Amino acid sequence: MISETVIVKNKIGFHARPASLIVNKVNEFESEVTIRKGEQTATAKSMISLLTLRVKMDDEIVISAEGRDEQAVVQALIDLVNTRFGEE
Amino acid sequence: MESGICVSKGYAIGKAFVYKDIDIQAFAHKTAHPEEEVVRLTIAVEETKKQIKETAKNAVSNVGCSESVIFESHISFLNDPEFIGKVYKEILNYNKTSEKAICDVTNELSAVFLQFEDEYMRERAADIRDVGARVLDTLTGTGRGSLEDVPENTIIIAHDLMPSDTARIDKRKVLGFITETGGKTSHTAIMARAMNLTAIVGFQDITSKVKTGDVIIVDGISGEVFINPDDTAIEFYEDKKTQYIRHLEKLKEKQNESIISKNGKQILVAANIGSIAEAESAVCNGADAIGLFRTEFIYMDRNSLPDEEEQFEIYKAIAQKMGKKPITVRTIDIGGDKSLPYLNIPEEMNPFLGLRAIRLCLKHRDIFKTQLRAILRASFYGNMQIMFPMIGNMDELNRAKAAVRECKEELDAEGVKYNDRMKIGMMIEIPAAAIMADEFAKCVDFFSIGTNDLTQYTLAVDRLNENISELYDPQNPAVMRLIKGIIHAAHANEIPCFMCGEMAGDSSAIPLLLNYGLDEFSVSPVLIPEIKSLIRKYQ
Repeated sequence: MISETVIVKNKIGFHARPASLIVNKVNEFESEVTIRKGEQTATAKSMISLLTLRVKMDDEIVISAEGRDEQAVVQALIDLVNTRFGEE
Repeated sequence: MESGICVSKGYAIGKAFVYKDIDIQAFAHKTAHPEEEVVRLTIAVEETKKQIKETAKNAVSNVGCSESVIFESHISFLNDPEFIGKVYKEILNYNKTSEKAICDVTNELSAVFLQFEDEYMRERAADIRDVGARVLDTLTGTGRGSLEDVPENTIIIAHDLMPSDTARIDKRKVLGFITETGGKTSHTAIMARAMNLTAIVGFQDITSKVKTGDVIIVDGISGEVFINPDDTAIEFYEDKKTQYIRHLEKLKEKQNESIISKNGKQILVAANIGSIAEAESAVCNGADAIGLFRTEFIYMDRNSLPDEEEQFEIYKAIAQKMGKKPITVRTIDIGGDKSLPYLNIPEEMNPFLGLRAIRLCLKHRDIFKTQLRAILRASFYGNMQIMFPMIGNMDELNRAKAAVRECKEELDAEGVKYNDRMKIGMMIEIPAAAIMADEFAKCVDFFSIGTNDLTQYTLAVDRLNENISELYDPQNPAVMRLIKGIIHAAHANEIPCFMCGEMAGDSSAIPLLLNYGLDEFSVSPVLIPEIKSLIRKYQ
């Protein structure tokens, strides 16, 4: 299992659109992925779970993955966060 | 006879279609064959996804794009392990029927979302209930019936209509609707006006008083409803309806004629608009101008700020639609009670006295300048003029005008065309500006009086507070005296004075406003023919 910490930089944080982009991305891979903010952990395949994390701009999150392609999925998600989910 | 709140005028006579939430008590809660329930649920979920895609398509053609994004997230919920996944678990672990399981999970999740304080999360609770209801609907088949399959001349009766419901209403078959919840500014009310349906909201217990198939008269002028009326009543209302339509047509005949006052000056009746569709309606109703173009809609229902190009295309489209007629574009009036989640503006104790409108723009000059550049560029394609909201002192006006100058210089440097002589005006809605109107009049090309805010600030009455609604009196002598002073100050400095608040569309205020010499009445597009006819009569 690997874990990476990243800071969320898009203005709206995890609203429905960014959350659905995460879900879609994770579904391209085999590994089990979770996202943690503080004490709370969400399964990255669930938009509802991600929404209830209530991640806002400048929040720190920890992305963890376990499986054959864990490296690749974590990197893909970090890219998504760092490119601000395509927001302006 | 009881009544509700009329939110969209007119008369409708038709057959009731009662659209009720499914009563879960009517179905078995336990099953001996959970595996069969799993299959039923899977089929229902797939079928529901198909329906949602269909609804999304209808929404685009019926109400426009912004509503249809909701449905993308609805589909995501149906793929969500925390939602549908949980429903499967409830069936397999507790031998629940699909109906019971989906109800339980929907209630549980929507309660989770309702706990949150931010509006955005609370709205997602409505989405979850909406999706849950749809799956239940598909499962039970007969449940609450389908809004798509109603016969012609239907009047929809419901406790509440959800966004996905209103998107499914077929304008060719539905004449109007009555709901138990909602107010003048609720989602359903806005939709009714946009779709030109007769509608009454806030009508208590209507779903238990009416049965599907009952003949119903909806009096969208008085707010009354008549259930299974006798032939005399139907005849009476058929007559009323015909007269009303004839009355509207008669008003329309003269709607394009201009009104010239006794001293030879043209009095304009303009439209307040907040979307491209309303600009269309302004043209159809004979608007002499767009007196107030609320630009907030461009910023709402989205995740990030609209860029210059996107705004430019919208302004240009409206400029071209209006030809030579003036379009007064109000720079964004957000902040306070109209917040944008992506701007991260902290909550305020007194939003109406807080960081809103021009105050917000002057703090976030990048947002302001993006909009100003887009408006300037569009001014090349039509008769645009800029208006600043919530100006309270001269410094704010000077800084706002400086931002326009800066944008012009930038555009000059880039070689982009715009109308260099575009007029710049301000709203007068803060008493401080009203009192100093003679000074402001020397620095702008026009005034527009915003009576809603001017009233609430002058009288210190929160216009949204129901407990003091009797104190909210736009025609209070103090307010009227300010209005008279504003108009005189404008004319003494040879600039025109418009009015774009509710008072401009209030028939009882028209004689006095004409007497003060108001130059332009800006009202909701559908009111234009009526206001024109009243002005003709009074002067």
